[in-house]
Amino acid sequence: MRRYLLRRLLESVVTFVLVTIVVFLGVRALPGDPARTLAGEESDPATVAQIRHDYLLDRPLPVQYARYVLKALTGDLGRSARTGLPVRSTIGHALPVTLQLAMFAMVIAVLIGVGSGVVAAVRRRTATEWAANSVALLGLSVPNFWFGLMLVLVFAIAFPILPASGFVSLFDDPVQSFRHLLLPAIVLGTALAAVIMRQTRSAMLEALSADYVRTARAKGLGGSRVVLGHALRNSLIVVVTIVGLQLGVLISGAVVTEQIFVLPGFGKLTLDAVFTRDYPMIQGVVLVTTTAYIGINLFVDLLYSVIDPRIRVGGAVL
Amino acid sequence: MTLLRVDELTVRFRTEDGPVLAVDAASFDVAAEEVLALVGESGCGKSVTALALTRLLPRNATVAGTVTFDGTTLSALPESALREVRGRDVAYVFQEPMTSLNPVLTVGRQIGEVLRQHQKLHGAAARRRAIELLDLVGIPLPARRIGEYPHQLSGGMRQRVMIAMAVACRPRLLVADEPTTALDVTIQAGILDVLRDLRTEIGMAVLLITHDLGVVADIADRVVVMYAGRTIETAGAPALFARPSHPYTRGLLDAVPNPARHADGGLREIPGRVPVLADSPDACTFADRCGRADETCRRHRPDLSPGPAGHPVRCWHPLPVPEPAVPA
Repeated sequence: MRRYLLRRLLESVVTFVLVTIVVFLGVRALPGDPARTLAGEESDPATVAQIRHDYLLDRPLPVQYARYVLKALTGDLGRSARTGLPVRSTIGHALPVTLQLAMFAMVIAVLIGVGSGVVAAVRRRTATEWAANSVALLGLSVPNFWFGLMLVLVFAIAFPILPASGFVSLFDDPVQSFRHLLLPAIVLGTALAAVIMRQTRSAMLEALSADYVRTARAKGLGGSRVVLGHALRNSLIVVVTIVGLQLGVLISGAVVTEQIFVLPGFGKLTLDAVFTRDYPMIQGVVLVTTTAYIGINLFVDLLYSVIDPRIRVGGAVL
Repeated sequence: MTLLRVDELTVRFRTEDGPVLAVDAASFDVAAEEVLALVGESGCGKSVTALALTRLLPRNATVAGTVTFDGTTLSALPESALREVRGRDVAYVFQEPMTSLNPVLTVGRQIGEVLRQHQKLHGAAARRRAIELLDLVGIPLPARRIGEYPHQLSGGMRQRVMIAMAVACRPRLLVADEPTTALDVTIQAGILDVLRDLRTEIGMAVLLITHDLGVVADIADRVVVMYAGRTIETAGAPALFARPSHPYTRGLLDAVPNPARHADGGLREIPGRVPVLADSPDACTFADRCGRADETCRRHRPDLSPGPAGHPVRCWHPLPVPEPAVPA
């Protein structure tokens, strides 16, 4: 177990280093002179040269990379080329918005997705399964922007019971936060629920036909004990995998939903940074996103070992 | 005293290739504390019969006929009442202990579930009882094993866990479906010993499903031979081995590897395979593989009736009772 943890941790570090190199080189490979961009469009060559010197842009790439990593490690991601504000604090404002939205959406997605997936598997070949499948297909095919606009039209304009836009942090005012995030979380959550539902359903169908489920029934256990205690317990690996993957997607890009509900989140920040060629900001955004991905992946792997003793004990599987 | 009575049990499956008749009006009894072996080739319907007793079959199965256990008609019980019977009065041991045990739950937890369900034992009491049960089936260091997962145990140990789980509530009937088939020969004897000891200790009857006549000879009191979903011969174990009446039973006995008998080389096998039937034919289902078959066999269904050896056999031309060997 300890060796497994250690190895996963080491792999994460290696991945992280590779990511920083790719991000660093990627930004350097972009067309345009960053010094000129930083200096502004109408600046004299002396200023540009000064900036180039200040930012070590006249030094070899390895030196620049080392400096970038060292500064990033201390939390210094530079300043935004657009606003002049530190990248770190700008991201620090946007990230909680997206994280709270993502968590809320994920709770909705897991409740609906796992619940309906289990029901669809248990009620196989009945009207219930057909209904669950149809709703899932609908959830997958309805575009986010349309669904979001419809929700706004109905719940913010026709029946004004929820705000159409804006953000209040969970830690400032939980009730207002809930009201502001409910609609966007439903938009994101239902789309994800469809994906989770289909994966849960197929994992459950397999588990329900397994020998150990027959054993559980032969022991005289009730339906819910058999379904939840035995079959779902064995399907959790699949559920956790899909939730982990989707969480990464949620964090890096609830762009459309954030635009519709005017949430000052990470997706919106990314979009603005790309449109204005704010290289330090793009670099920071990509770094945070990949770190989140790596972190989630590591966490999911740790969860595997909690869920499946064959990974935890003996380590014969991996 | 009859503990279990199976009367005209018929099981059909709806499959994508059409209906399949798996059990064709099978009838037999199990007496209290008796070991009855249900014998036949793969696909003859013996496992399906075992599962049908307490309605454990998948949903595409339809079951007809009656199953009576200790005066209660199981086939008429609602699912909730049947759940009380499963695991408490009628318990199961399955063939493949690796897949039959849940891989993500500890051994102790899986035994504890039965105790909680039927005896309302929780926590430390359930744990104590589970340790006792592991000890009972001959697992060394039971207090440690209880916290382990199935993949940490050997095949034989896993099957002992299955048995411990099955006998946790001291059932009246243990249905053991090929309990030794997936195990090494050296382990098999140990498992049979455990079953034999428990049967005496608990006073339970055992319905042993097997294709292994060596196992039958070792442990069974009586034998029911099944072929293509029908019960074709029933006898006490010694009588069946000494005086088989059905040509199929004879064939099964001849197919047992026996170095002394087969010194001339090669095993004798029964040509052909068990047919997959959609419906019950008005004929002997073994006729196509039988050397003694004639027009009668192909046109008329034989009944289970007393044969020349004195026990019931379903055959138009049963084998004669062999002459006792005359000492020279």
